[in-house]
Amino acid sequence: MFGRHSDLPLAGDATSRFLPWLVALMVFLAAMAVSGAFAVNEVMSRWDHDVTGTVTVQVLPAGGERAEAATDERVRQAVDLIRAVPGVLAVKALDKARTLALLEPWLGGTDVVRDLPLPRLIDVTVDPDARIDLAEVADRLSHAVPGAALDDHRVWLSRLINLSRTMEWLAIVVVGLIGLVTSATVVYATRTGMAVHHDIIEVLHLIGAHDDYIARQFADRAFVLGLGGGLFGLAMAVPALSALGWAARRLEGGFLPSIGLPLAGYVVIGLLPLLAAGLAMLTARLTVHGALARMP
Amino acid sequence: MRHRPRGENIIRFDSVGLRYGLGPEVLRDVTFALPSGSFHFLTGPSGAGKSSLLRLMYLGLRPTRGRVVLFDRDIASTRRYELPALRRRIGVVFQEFRLLDHLTALDNVALPLRVRGVRESEIRKHVPELLSWVGLADQLGAKPSTLSGGQKQRVAIARAVIGRPDLLLADEPTGNVDDHIAMRLMYLFEELNKLGTTIVVATHNESLVSRFAHNPRLHLEHGQVTRVN
Ligand SMILES: Nc1ncnc2c1ncn2[C@@H]1O[C@H](COP(=O)(O)OP(=O)(O)OP(=O)(O)O)[C@@H](O)[C@H]1O
Ligand SMILES: [Mg+2]
Repeated sequence: MFGRHSDLPLAGDATSRFLPWLVALMVFLAAMAVSGAFAVNEVMSRWDHDVTGTVTVQVLPAGGERAEAATDERVRQAVDLIRAVPGVLAVKALDKARTLALLEPWLGGTDVVRDLPLPRLIDVTVDPDARIDLAEVADRLSHAVPGAALDDHRVWLSRLINLSRTMEWLAIVVVGLIGLVTSATVVYATRTGMAVHHDIIEVLHLIGAHDDYIARQFADRAFVLGLGGGLFGLAMAVPALSALGWAARRLEGGFLPSIGLPLAGYVVIGLLPLLAAGLAMLTARLTVHGALARMP
Repeated sequence: MRHRPRGENIIRFDSVGLRYGLGPEVLRDVTFALPSGSFHFLTGPSGAGKSSLLRLMYLGLRPTRGRVVLFDRDIASTRRYELPALRRRIGVVFQEFRLLDHLTALDNVALPLRVRGVRESEIRKHVPELLSWVGLADQLGAKPSTLSGGQKQRVAIARAVIGRPDLLLADEPTGNVDDHIAMRLMYLFEELNKLGTTIVVATHNESLVSRFAHNPRLHLEHGQVTRVN
């Protein structure tokens, strides 16, 4: 690819000189987005693990007359609602006797205790693979059943996980946009190059060059420029990412689990310059083919 | 080189018309055929449309109307990817040479071979040979900007014939050279013609035409082609 013959003096083109800088910036940004997504994914999978298993629903006792019956009704409603959630394996309401038995070591077994308005507990077993949106279930539950609430800590974790999933999607969109911008720039640079060298291209065309003979020369050039720019962008991204990682480790000890990039993350980031160069090459080639198709 | 029986038509125009954009018709109802192995002059006053006619012949333009049949292929119904193969059978000497300024004489002449994927060793062998034949043995590494008009013209001619074309189209190939070199180039064309190449030389050099009066002549005037024998 590098020693390949070229008849077009593309290496001297002023118009394509900005291309490596742009690709460098794009690869740098993509590296940030990708490592962000991977780091968040790491953290999330650990939190996700904590959330799976069992969840507890607490139902506050109703007041007034016939309090007992009203509380039973709340528990029944909550059980029905939870049971309908996909991914829930088992729902088991602890009746009052069982709740009292659980509390006996602390409160004793007196009649006074028996008459206290105690909250009721519902044990929910969830499928670890189902990735239930607990935050959403908690919202529904508190709206539908007065006094019912899902375990606070876990709902909070679930909300964080939702946020991190959104961030993952955002990273994918960002990388997609970066690809689009790179492509658009390559299209522009290629079109400009073709206009500058129009006479040469026409001569090559007239002496019987296939479109691809011409397209390949632009594609090779775009690949070289893209790879150079991409490697430079990667070289800038590595110290930036190390600095971020170092800063994150200093934060640790708080609620953040240690932030580290998994191996797959390093692989993807390492491939970014090659991906950018490949994208530039493909875009240039298609652009030239499109333009040449209009020649007689 | 393909050997085709003499007399078979290598190119045929049927009621061909050509206009540039919305301008007047430069060519009207042009009908003629060139037998394989023939040598024609194309004459006519400046602006008559000689270069335009050649451009249609080397597929640098499509006619506005009418039919062009080249190497037994109707161009209008030929697929785009098949055209390069047809173009490689045509050698063209452009009126303005159209050499690539950033390439040496050698690389310019090598171009048609490179486009065909000919090996470098072959190129290094044949191209200098041909360039010495046209008297440019000591200019192999020269860029066109350092060459005289006549030298550029000879490079252009060498580029047109290096691929041993079946059809050679030359637009004013003797316009910038002295009589001696003009004769030499004409002899080169006749030599190629004897080997089977069909040749069309557009010129308004009457003395050249009369010196090679044994060759038939197409005269272009008022958008029409007439045969003068
Ligand atoms: N690209 C073009 N766009 C518009 N008009 C053109 C173009 N090329 C040629 N013409 C017009 O077509 C007519 C024929 O031009 P052409 O160059 O074919 O003549 P010619 O016979 O080769 O002339 P000369 O002997 O001076 O080379 C002229 O009137 C010219 O102005
Ligand atoms: Mg002309």
